[in-house]
Amino acid sequence: MRFVAVLERPEASVLRGLMGQVEQMLTGRGAESPDDELAALTGIRTGPSTPPDDPVLARLLPDFASSGEEDADELSAALRSVREPELIEAKQAAIATVLATCPPGGGRVELAPSQAEEWLAAVNDVRLALGVALEVTEDMPEQLPADDPRADHLPVYHWLTWLQDSLVTTLTA
Amino acid sequence: MQVVLSAPADPEVDERTEAEADEATLADTPWQTIVWNDPVNLMSYVTYVFQKLFGYDKAKATALMLDVHHKGRATVSSGSREKVEGDVARLHAAGLWATMQRAS
Repeated sequence: MRFVAVLERPEASVLRGLMGQVEQMLTGRGAESPDDELAALTGIRTGPSTPPDDPVLARLLPDFASSGEEDADELSAALRSVREPELIEAKQAAIATVLATCPPGGGRVELAPSQAEEWLAAVNDVRLALGVALEVTEDMPEQLPADDPRADHLPVYHWLTWLQDSLVTTLTA
Repeated sequence: MQVVLSAPADPEVDERTEAEADEATLADTPWQTIVWNDPVNLMSYVTYVFQKLFGYDKAKATALMLDVHHKGRATVSSGSREKVEGDVARLHAAGLWATMQRAS
């Protein structure tokens, strides 16, 4: 089973551009990890214990504990510092696969199942990022009024939705 | 269609008090993985992730996805704190909004 798609040049360009933006945000967040001599010695990395201020990053890297539960803040802080570095790395690896397999000028994309899985994760992250930025709701219309500042970007979001759904359909066929 | 296979409880064997039974259940499954609804994740994708990560069949994965969609949340797995912590991490890697809490 292989996933095959043909991307137009502008589609490939938009997709790669969004992937690059999310990758940069994740790299920036990763660089916030506290410099820890113990981590350098043991190889066990620790990340920040507080959630990102940026709403896009906060959605990509959520808290672990249900808010309102007993000791939720302490648990979220502890698990974030242990888990966040590898979560960022997994997301970066998925983006790297997309950038390595999506021709910059568009054209044929052919993916093995494991690569299609990585595309699925990366495309979903980019949709999440764009969804937060565009304040997408459950009943988002196909088009927004022309005077809405989000109107030009919404088609990209809908195209990503189509791409994501196509990948799911192929992987479950 | 759900088929439930169970025998009627035998009163001779089932001597545990309700409190003891509750305690045993709590010790078996002290933590739960909760997935929350969000306006971005696709229904098809969420169903796929539940099948892929937890090995659920399509019917169970779909039912859980619909719970998330209609009720705002669903408990998708349970177990020890370490297990649930790992489940939440894998759901975050897949882009789902998941948290963990003690089973109530």
